[in-house]
Amino acid sequence: MQLLEFQAKELFREYGINLLESISSTNIEDGRKHAKELGYPFVIKIQVPVGGRGKAGGIQKCQNDDEFELKYPQVMDLTIKGEKARAILLEKMADIKKELYLSLFLNRSKRCYTIIASAEGGVEIESVKNQIIKEVGLGHVSDELAKEVAKEMGLEGTTAEQFVDTLKKLSKLTIEKEAELVEINPLAIMQDDTIMALDGKFVTDDNSNFRHPELQKYQEKTEIEEQAEKSGFSLVELDGDIAVVGNGAGLVMSTLDMLSDNGGKPACFLDVGGGATTESVYEALTLISKLDRVKGILVNLYGGIVKTTVVAEAFLKAYEDNLIDLPVFSRLKGTESDKAKEMLQGSRTKIFDSVEDAINAAVMGVKK
Amino acid sequence: MTDIFGLLKGNPGEDDYENKGVIVQGITGSYGSLHAGKMLEYGTNIVAGVTPGKGDQTWNESVPIYNTMQEAVDATHAKISIIFVPAKFFLSAAKEALEAGIKLLVAIPEHVPIRDTMETLELANQKGAVVIGPNTPGIMIPELIKIGIMPPMPFKAGKIAVLSKSGTLLYEISDALTNAGFGQSITIGIGGDPINGTRLIDAFDMVKDIPDLEGMVVVGEIGGDSEEMLAQRIIDTGFSKPTVAYIAGRAAPKEKRMGHAGAIVMGNYGSAESKISMFNKANIPVAKRPAEVPVLLAGKMDKSD
Repeated sequence: MQLLEFQAKELFREYGINLLESISSTNIEDGRKHAKELGYPFVIKIQVPVGGRGKAGGIQKCQNDDEFELKYPQVMDLTIKGEKARAILLEKMADIKKELYLSLFLNRSKRCYTIIASAEGGVEIESVKNQIIKEVGLGHVSDELAKEVAKEMGLEGTTAEQFVDTLKKLSKLTIEKEAELVEINPLAIMQDDTIMALDGKFVTDDNSNFRHPELQKYQEKTEIEEQAEKSGFSLVELDGDIAVVGNGAGLVMSTLDMLSDNGGKPACFLDVGGGATTESVYEALTLISKLDRVKGILVNLYGGIVKTTVVAEAFLKAYEDNLIDLPVFSRLKGTESDKAKEMLQGSRTKIFDSVEDAINAAVMGVKK
Repeated sequence: MTDIFGLLKGNPGEDDYENKGVIVQGITGSYGSLHAGKMLEYGTNIVAGVTPGKGDQTWNESVPIYNTMQEAVDATHAKISIIFVPAKFFLSAAKEALEAGIKLLVAIPEHVPIRDTMETLELANQKGAVVIGPNTPGIMIPELIKIGIMPPMPFKAGKIAVLSKSGTLLYEISDALTNAGFGQSITIGIGGDPINGTRLIDAFDMVKDIPDLEGMVVVGEIGGDSEEMLAQRIIDTGFSKPTVAYIAGRAAPKEKRMGHAGAIVMGNYGSAESKISMFNKANIPVAKRPAEVPVLLAGKMDKSD
């Protein structure tokens, strides 16, 4: 899960990382109150769990009440990379001398925490130049290593000291909360030479959630995603009109690819998982029935340990209960697939031998 | 590099050649018990089970259960263990296995915290042990030994090595290979987690020198850079056996986790394009659909004749 900027900053504050004064709100009435408390000028920042906000107009300077009334709703109404605003953060304007980049992340290839730092921040990580990369192992960043990074960045005096302090606090935060990534970009040197985190990114390792009840309040899921999680599926909502259901993340991704190649638009990624049962597939169909944009269902199942008859039963039950009246295009392969096909004979589920045929039929079917 | 075949089946002349003992951790749980049964059916030599508090009992009227890994290893001298415990208990189970001298640890659990995986790998490294997974479907030499949860029917003994991040795609693509006449010498599911005990390059190093290897299939997906690293290793080692890749997730939106904990694209990092372009550099064709894999492999074989 990726935290929003203001949530990441809550954690930064808890760990003593220097921040500008800021307040978040979810409606303009609260925003007005905060504007008074904070005082102009400040920056209005959209809170979405994706990058590239500045370019999309999600960060606006605000000098007075008139600008506030104009810009707050504008920013609130933006959609960035398909993500709507979760909140608005008002933050004091900064008097910046220089922007740095600093992050700590779990390095997948090296299997350890790794620091990336640069004396040139403020841009997306791909364009951060002269990256200083240091592997840390599984423990905290040592004083020596932090000093070495500061030196390589060309920092001196109190700025270097503050940087070392910030890096060590960041390391403590990363390890204690088991983050996959914590990023401060930009980490700004202000005109008075203090160091401040102007933006914050924090990605949790969701698998360690059970050890971090304190992070639960940041969990943000659609109602449907939450239900899916309860039932043990993995579901990602997408904006097309064909629901894609399968077993195994790889197979479902593969089905999305083929569907897109053939001109179809997936409405969701739904992996019923390795332990699918009639009940759980029925539950999956219940979730799909709640997605208004769905015009058809594409099922691609490889029955290994899971019997394909389990799926057939779930569909028959769904028809019986009038749960779904959408056309279903399916390819069932593997364990007991002949029996499953027989069970679905004459039902609204059309069965295809190849996934290619099922996809083509689904694309044609929803166009009608 | 680890002699994976040595670990899995031993060497000719050894008294347990092609009959290596396997311990099942969590054998009395419903999942562990189900798959222990299926492995036994396949011919895997399950010599012990471990469930704390259930020592001195017998599983399936044939397999002795021990309370600890140390007892199980002392009694059986097994070097291989497969873990079926809830993710929360994975770290302690894995440590216990490694401390007891296990050299090949197959980690089935899904949703293991990354930190726990990293601690396990650090210990495995110190002990000179190989970890497959977590979140792996397992490893097998078709028709000889299966240590995992894969169904038996897609696989047939042969001379192609299949390395895969995804479980179901491993089955699907092996099925397509088998139907096209390409049996498999070994299949390794490395798992869909961000950090794998055995990365694609490690799996490659384990299989690249098998004497009768005729080709390799790599099943990757978006997220991380293990496919890119593998492509580079193939270039660096001058590996020339026919190799074909498949990458799932071209149509996945950025910054969304697609089921697998590791399947997420951040910026260009982890994107299908990045992986495909590296495979192209290594002169490895990338199939657009699973069904295309055997076709491309056959094409490569013809050229190499």
